[in-house]
Amino acid sequence: MAEFLATPFGTFLLILGQSLLVVVSVLLALAFLMYADRKVWAAVQMRKGPNVVGPFGLLQSFADFLKYIVKEVVVPAGADKPVFFLAPMIAFVLAVISWAVIPFNDGWVIANLNVGILYIFAVSSLEVYGVIMGGWASNSKYPFLGSLRSAAQMISYEVSIGFIIVGVLISTASLNLSDIVTAQRGDWGLMSWYWLPHLPMVVLFFVSALAETNRPPFDLPEAEAELVAGYQVEYSSTPFLLFMIGELMAVVLMCALITILFFGGWLTPIPGVSEWWILGDGLHWMVIKMAFFFFLFAMVKAIVPRYRYDQLMRLGWKVFLPMSLGWVVIVAGLAMVDGEDGNLGGLWARWTPAVVVAE
Amino acid sequence: MGFAAFAFYLFAITAVVSGGLVVLSRNPVHSVLWLILAFISSAGLFILLGAEFVALLLVIVYVGAVAVLFLFVVMMLDVDFAELRGEFSRYAPIGFLLGLVILLQLGFAFGAWEVTEQAAAQRAAVTPAPEQVQNTVALGQLIYTRYIFLFQAAGLVLFVAMVGAIVLTLRHRTNVKRQDILAQMYRDPAASVELKDVKPGQGI
Repeated sequence: MAEFLATPFGTFLLILGQSLLVVVSVLLALAFLMYADRKVWAAVQMRKGPNVVGPFGLLQSFADFLKYIVKEVVVPAGADKPVFFLAPMIAFVLAVISWAVIPFNDGWVIANLNVGILYIFAVSSLEVYGVIMGGWASNSKYPFLGSLRSAAQMISYEVSIGFIIVGVLISTASLNLSDIVTAQRGDWGLMSWYWLPHLPMVVLFFVSALAETNRPPFDLPEAEAELVAGYQVEYSSTPFLLFMIGELMAVVLMCALITILFFGGWLTPIPGVSEWWILGDGLHWMVIKMAFFFFLFAMVKAIVPRYRYDQLMRLGWKVFLPMSLGWVVIVAGLAMVDGEDGNLGGLWARWTPAVVVAE
Repeated sequence: MGFAAFAFYLFAITAVVSGGLVVLSRNPVHSVLWLILAFISSAGLFILLGAEFVALLLVIVYVGAVAVLFLFVVMMLDVDFAELRGEFSRYAPIGFLLGLVILLQLGFAFGAWEVTEQAAAQRAAVTPAPEQVQNTVALGQLIYTRYIFLFQAAGLVLFVAMVGAIVLTLRHRTNVKRQDILAQMYRDPAASVELKDVKPGQGI
């Protein structure tokens, strides 16, 4: 068996199996996260939420899925057909392929890239094309306005997300996501994760993630009150489903990123038990943390009113960008003082010896 | 043919074909989309060379930012295709002539091109082989450690250019109502809103 897996075809099968495992579990998780999302909103608004399909409405997402698939695909007259269908596919595929570099546990990652975080950043900067192309190809005014809004919004917030990531990178001296998580391992469990030394950026990252994924309160690309449904107006059936899945998957990916960058990925929050069976490090901690952040995303949608577009752009360029840029400078200084000797208790400089190469 | 060769030809052919379609496609938005495909294929070529950092920067900067701005501008442009095609046929002979001249010049240049044997040895900034050191570390050593002053000077030149562009286009218009965000945020509802009990049918 081991010899077979070492052959090119065996390696191909192995990677195919791993990818399928990740994609299927993420998609399954999405179905229940969608349900959880709706249940949370319902609870906030004192409704029951989905409760008809299956026990407690648990199968609601699957029913919706079937409904979307068997409906008719409507293409607006005058639409640019190839681009019109390419857009939802891009939105879906890009959301899926970013999961290739997400480490779920020590070594549980499909591609352990040296530039993993850059890969995620690159893929998420491409996600804007699904929205722009969809809006443009629909050949209709509201989708077009929605896509223009979304292009400006996603680019603006990507800048601050980039700078926030740079701060974490300076602390770790590596762009590898597994290295970033391992650098947060420490004697104080929960307290040695990056959220404490990088505290202001956790909030900024969370808000930027909301804007980047077009979630409320920044869901201006599809603001119902102004644009009907923004870039999705002309989409129906499966293409619409692809947009929805891509969007939700990007949200879950952002939860995974927050977990990995600031909250120690698969590390256990309890100090001194990292080797234990259930309390120790493992996949379950990663899942619990991601679920927690997804809960926060859902609560924000239920609680916060929508921003106005000019306020959103002002927040991105005049507040978040200077703050994150300033924080990069501050962290660089702190990491320099901290250094390899750990003058500041090793809070900001956690360079793994393998990474720091002498000239 | 190994996998690397297959991937190389895949990316190379895609890059060349989509580069050609940038020029040939009728619709400017399609041109930009083909341009994006060309960028992504060249990023793939960089990855095959082991330059993963440069590849991803290409995707982030060119595809994620520059091409989005292109697309933005092109989508908003109101282009009259019939007029454009008429102009095209008028200037096509001159264009072909220019292209031919440039092609000939390039042919002459590359025909007489000789690389000295010392050329490879004379490179000043050689990075270690990609197997020995991570891309990011190697680039950091060169740009931010050994050539920091040159790099900073280049950055300064760009900065001056940016300031110049802003100074040239900045206008201070008077008599324009501007929004004062802080004043809006610090407004107190109790001081600015008054509740009045309005009797039905009477108004205030």
